[in-house]
Amino acid sequence: MNDTKNDSTNDSITKFTPLEQHLLNDFQRDLSLSATPYADIANQLGVSEEDILKSVQSLQSRGVISRVGPVFQPNRIGVSTLAAMSVPTEDIECVARIVSAFPEVNHNYERDHKYNLWFVVTASSEEHLNIVLYEIEQHAEYPLMSLPMLDDYFIDLGFKLKWAN
Amino acid sequence: MKTVELNNQVVQLTADDRALIKAVEGGLPVVSRPYEAIANNLGCSEQEVISRLQHLIDNGAIKRYGVVVRHKELGYTANGMVVWNIPDDKVDAMGACIGDYDCVTLSYRRPRRLPDWSYNLFTMVHGRNREEVTRIVAEIVESCGLQNIEHTILFSTRRFKQRGASYTENTTTTKHKKLQLVK
Repeated sequence: MNDTKNDSTNDSITKFTPLEQHLLNDFQRDLSLSATPYADIANQLGVSEEDILKSVQSLQSRGVISRVGPVFQPNRIGVSTLAAMSVPTEDIECVARIVSAFPEVNHNYERDHKYNLWFVVTASSEEHLNIVLYEIEQHAEYPLMSLPMLDDYFIDLGFKLKWAN
Repeated sequence: MKTVELNNQVVQLTADDRALIKAVEGGLPVVSRPYEAIANNLGCSEQEVISRLQHLIDNGAIKRYGVVVRHKELGYTANGMVVWNIPDDKVDAMGACIGDYDCVTLSYRRPRRLPDWSYNLFTMVHGRNREEVTRIVAEIVESCGLQNIEHTILFSTRRFKQRGASYTENTTTTKHKKLQLVK
């Protein structure tokens, strides 16, 4: 990518040490299932296990990584759906708060479209999911459009980061 | 509301599996022996935790295992949900083509809800700004041959909530049952 312009708009991307960049980019998949995964990473990168534990903790506390662990295939161990609502601007913060308060809602975004509130609802069973969708509509007082996944075409290999430096 | 349509590939889980998923869905403990720590909490052996996780990877319940990054905090502040209205007989091929792109993190087919919603393919494109997302989408249109496909980009303007999915919460069901009892 030739993006001198983008470099200047994203100082945040340059504030990582080389070790952190490796951690962020090279270990998004196929983490070893050995008893000591962090020591394995340390061996690969030629640093101490302590360095890795500290870096992971730091990245986690800065909110850069949400976790180290599994990403579950949607609709394989639980059921989920993408829901959309069309909410007047003056109501959206209030409705968003109501929606986010449900523990089954894991993503909730405002988007610039007639349907302006988009959220993912995940539950342990279809019955549970239907109850939650019903409850959200009742509390939010706006109709909800449910768009469950029918096919997944994405092979998740992690996200390739392009460092600015 | 219509009954939810679902993929019928749900893996049947034992109570032990559920307890394990609850223990790991928020991430592994950041300690030297994370599986031992989990095992101690669950009252089983470290090896048992590891082999049950391996089983969940093998049967496809876990699609990726490793560091989970947050795009916005990494400088990818623009995320565009790109929705496409693709003829049903072409959606598999085009969905796979779009899903192959580096900056794309999702490519799902979902139902249309006519007349309100005509788009049947949902893809997520991450960029450092809106211009970059728009440019990537134009590239995708060219290289996947989508020139005649209606699409629109829904940029996120605010993130109200983002965390890993929880498959083990039952709060709302419980609350609902209580509500019914009160009525």
